[in-house]
Order: sequence, then structure tokens, then C-alpha cells
Amino acid sequence: MSEPGSVNETTGAADGSLPLGGDTTPTGALRWRGISFEERMAGVDFRVGARAHITVDSDVCRSCTTRGCVTACPANLFAPTSDGGILFNYEECFECGTCYMVCNSEGAITWTYPDGGHGVVFHHG
Amino acid sequence: MTEPSAFDAVVVGAGPAGSAAALALARAGRSVVMVERGPFAGSKNVYGGVVYGRVLDDIIPTWWNEVPVERWVVRRSTMMMTEDQSLAIDYRSHAWGVAPYNGMTTVRSHFDSWLAGQATEAGAQLVTSTVATGLVRDSAGRVIGIRTDRDGAELRAPVVIACDGVNSLLAKEAGLLPRAEASHYTLGVKEVLDLPAEAINERFGVRGHEGVDIEILGCTRGIPGGGFLYTNAETVSVGVVVSLPHLAEAKVRPEELIADLKAHPSIAPYLRGSHLREYAAHLVPEGGYDTMPTLAADGMMVAGDAAAMTLAAGLWLEGVNFAIGSGYAAGRAADRAIAVGDCSARGLASYRADLENQFVLADHKRLRKAPALVLSERVQQRYPGLLCDLAEGMFTVTNPTPKAGGLRVTRAAAAKHGVKLRELAVDTIRGMRIFG
Ligand SMILES: Cc1cc2nc3c(=O)[nH]c(=O)nc-3n(C[C@H](O)[C@H](O)[C@H](O)COP(=O)(O)OP(=O)(O)OC[C@H]3O[C@@H](n4cnc5c(N)ncnc54)[C@H](O)[C@@H]3O)c2cc1C
Ligand code: SF4
Ligand code: SF4
Repeated sequence: MSEPGSVNETTGAADGSLPLGGDTTPTGALRWRGISFEERMAGVDFRVGARAHITVDSDVCRSCTTRGCVTACPANLFAPTSDGGILFNYEECFECGTCYMVCNSEGAITWTYPDGGHGVVFHHG
Repeated sequence: MTEPSAFDAVVVGAGPAGSAAALALARAGRSVVMVERGPFAGSKNVYGGVVYGRVLDDIIPTWWNEVPVERWVVRRSTMMMTEDQSLAIDYRSHAWGVAPYNGMTTVRSHFDSWLAGQATEAGAQLVTSTVATGLVRDSAGRVIGIRTDRDGAELRAPVVIACDGVNSLLAKEAGLLPRAEASHYTLGVKEVLDLPAEAINERFGVRGHEGVDIEILGCTRGIPGGGFLYTNAETVSVGVVVSLPHLAEAKVRPEELIADLKAHPSIAPYLRGSHLREYAAHLVPEGGYDTMPTLAADGMMVAGDAAAMTLAAGLWLEGVNFAIGSGYAAGRAADRAIAVGDCSARGLASYRADLENQFVLADHKRLRKAPALVLSERVQQRYPGLLCDLAEGMFTVTNPTPKAGGLRVTRAAAAKHGVKLRELAVDTIRGMRIFG
């Protein structure tokens, strides 16, 4: 076995791969063909600021039927809660803008940039 | 007059557009400050990517001797794929591997820092780790500066050039781009994978500083978009770019699409044993000419991705060169406006005129219908499979059954993918009109 996250030498597929579809570990963490989301994000440099630069009004989300943010956010920061709302954590955000663009509910997302010098730092962008 | 201006011009963003604008102004002897929210130029920026350097020839002669390059692209492949087939047009050029070159792979933290360095060497001031939080206007509504998040400090100048990228909060605040329409934007997600230089050279058939650029259609589960694979010095970049509303509707996670691509039989052998170094995401303004904002207001101009100037038309994904071209033109227009003391929208109108006379708006205007065609259902979901089956029909040896003729193979492939020959003809003509 090679390390998690590497591509299998013989099959070309990522280790532990499924032909299609994701996999959920017993702890519920989203895994994708051998690499967990945590591993994926571990290599990204985040200089987390004290202020939440994006806030989500869970009350607005409760009446949302599309929930585009949940799957589209590349950093996977929108977690549906059991009461139909959204739990959001700003810390490991790419500052890309996908969430406010796909959200059709006025007032659900308040979107700004992190304070100067904070947030994601790409070294290989 | 309100308070005196501290600078001739304020540039927001030290991406390629902002650095080019600041460079033009500094060279003209103007005092210019560039405000960048990241800790260094390029730290917030993500692309594929290949920079096409021709735009630099007039700005920085023999730029290729000093630019931080990963590899010079000598092989460019356009690939169409289905789940288990692929068909590629593969072009290779010796000329692209020698000066003045065509395209280079380079990393934005290096490239953007280099270009910002050109501007500061020419006399521009760069202030990093500072967000422009809003516009300052006079009583007549003219833009006269920006507010920053440094204790709310203001920077004032007769002209502000917004080079603040795809989400341009300043263009929105100025009312130049009232509401961005999600369907005009795509999300790009990218993995940078470690791979030793020798492995890259052997697998991609290159040596030394030669590199490869592979653009892929048909790898996004029918979500309008495409994929890419680029070679850097000791890493490769692999990713997909997909339409925002379609991605959200499909309920597919973006990294799943990269995983698909990496596991494809035509791509996986290139990546064997590679290791994820950095995962990144960024939006692309793909709407083109018809979705651009008004380019100038009183005291303000918009350049680069803030003005939706990325050319994304299937065969092309070029934004850095368009950002440099537009940024430099904005800087020069600002200099002219300052010289005659008229920084109103009318005084800044030479900016647009200049862009129309060079590639920036000429290419966009000519290719204005291209995004719609490339992102259309037939091109996205049917043609890659149709063309792969066409190739399969022509190249599969069927002895003892005699070979089928080209027309029969085409008919069969078209029927299988639900395309009428008439539609194929219409799209071919449409494509020739747009791209020809
Ligand atoms: C996945 C992907 C692949 C791509 N591939 C290619 C490719 O191969 N070749 C190519 O040529 N182009 C490519 N592009 C397009 C290219 O990246 C952009 O067109 C280019 O970066 C635009 O340059 P810019 O200077 O206009 O904006 P940006 O590069 O986005 O720079 C904007 C700058 O402004 C700063 N900023 C924003 N707001 C503020 C604020 N309020 N205050 C202070 N600073 C601020 C940002 O931090 C950033 O540094 C790709 C894009 C993506 C997303
Ligand atoms: S953020 Fe927007 S898209 Fe997401 S759940 Fe809330 S309302 Fe719906
Ligand atoms: S800006 Fe991008 S990464 Fe950040 S929360 Fe929104 S979609 Fe997710």
C-alpha cells in the first residue's frame, strides 16, 4: 500500500477507490477514493483571522429547497443540521465566491473578504 | 475640491491586471499605490495554468530571461473523452520551446510577485495585507479614493483602477456590474501533485524545460465545463472548471470531478505515484464580451477579471494575458486623463477605445458567441462521445466483416448519441463562423 492520497501504481486509480461515488467512513467523514477531506485540506495554508468574514443566516436556510452551497462549496464548509438549518465555519475558506453565487435566497449569506493578510494563502496557485 | 489627493492613482489588487496598471503609471512618472489584500502578490490567486507571454513583449522586452517559469509549453493537446475512451488532437512545436516562446507554466505566487516587482522597481508602491473595503466619493458621486481595513484609513487619488478580480466588490459597489449572474461564472478546482522531473519528462515525452498542456472536454459528468492537466517543473496541475449553477444543480462535489479525471485510463498513467501538495479553488468569469461591466465611471476604471476579461472559449482559457493587456491600457489611460486634468468617465474613455484596437476587446468581440456554443448541451454531452465512437469505428479492425464507410460510421455514432446529421452540420457551420 502506498500512502493515502497517492495514486495506485498498478490500477492508476486512487487507493481504496470505488468506481463511482464517494464513501463515508464509520466516523462519517467524507472520503473520496482514498483521500479524506481533512487530508485534502491539510496541505492548504490558512492564516485564520479572528473575524468570521462570511456568515450564514441559518433561519433563512431552513426554508431553502436547493441547498446548492452544501455540495458546491469546494471547501465543504456548509453542513446541514438536523433541524433543517446550516452550520457554517469560515476558517478553511478559499474565498472563491461560489456560495453567494449559487445561493438564491436573499440575506442567507453575508460575504466579505477576511481582514488583510488573513485567510487562505496559495503557494502553488 | 475636498482633501488633496496623496497619489495620482490607486490600484486595487496586485494580480496581473493591477501590476500592469501600476507599472504603466509608474513609468509615466505618476505616483501610484497598489493595495493587495493577501500577504504577498499572488497569494490569493489560482489559475490552470499557462501564461501566454506575447502581451509582455512590448512591456518588458526579453521578459523570458527573467520571468519565473516552470516549463515552456511545446506540446498542446485537446482531448475529448468519455468514461473509457479518449480522442486527442496533439500539437507539438519546436519553435514554442525557444525564445520568444508561446506559453509557459508558472505558479501564481511566483509570477504575480515577479510582475508586482516590475511595478515597484519602476516606482509604484505596494501595500500588502490590506483590503480595500469600499469607495470614497465626493458630493457629486465621483470616485476619489478607497477606504481600507487599516483602521479605516483612506487612500485618495483622482483615479482608482479596480483590478480586484472575479468577485470585484468595487465594480459592484460602483454600480458598474450591478448583479453578477451565476450562469456566467465557472468554478475551477485544482490539485497540484508532486511528481519528480524525470517522471514528468518520461511520461509526457519532454525534456529539460519543455512542458505540456492538455485541455479536456467530456470529463465533467455532463456538467458544462472541462478539465486540464499541465506540467510544472516538479509538479503537475490537474483540475476541472465547471458551470456554477449546473454544478449546484447536479449535487456533485467538485473534488469528485477531479477524482474522476485522475482515475481516467487516459490520465491515470501520467499521475502514477504522485502526491497531493495543494488543493485550490477559484472562480472564472466565462461570460465574455456580452457580460462585461461598464469599463469606466467618474474617477474609476475596471480591468482584468473584475471586468470579466478572461477569454474562456473551449479551445482557450486565457485570462492572465487579458488582465495584463487591459491593466496596462487602463494605466496609460489614467496617465492621459491626469495629464489633461479630466478623470471623468469621458476623460477615461480612451481606455475602452484602446482595448478595442488591440487583442483584448477584438478577440472578445469576435468570440462573443463562443462561450454559449462551447457550453451547449451537444458540445458538452454528446460530441465527445460521438467523436470517440467515430474514431473507434474508423480504427477498429472488424475482419472478416468489411470496413464500414466513413458516412456509415458517422451515421451510427450520431444516432447512438442522439445527434441528427443536420444538427452536426449546423453546429459545424456555427463553430466555423465563431472560430473561423
Ligand atoms: C481554474 C482556473 C484556471 C485558469 N487557467 C488560466 C490559464 O491557464 N491561463 C490564463 O491566462 N488564465 C487562466 N485563468 C484566468 C486567470 O487566472 C485570470 O484571468 C487572471 O488571474 C486575472 O487577473 P486579474 O489581475 O484580473 O485578477 P486576479 O488575478 O484575481 O487578481 C486580483 C487581485 O486583487 C486582490 N484583491 C481583490 N479584492 C481586493 C480588495 N478589496 N482589496 C485589496 N485587494 C483585493 C486579490 O487578492 C488578487 O491579488 C484561470 C482561472 C482559473 C480560476
Ligand atoms: S446558504 Fe443559500 S443555498 Fe445554502 S442552504 Fe442557505 S439559503 Fe440555501
Ligand atoms: S467562498 Fe468558496 S470556499 Fe468559502 S465558503 Fe464560499 S464557496 Fe466555500
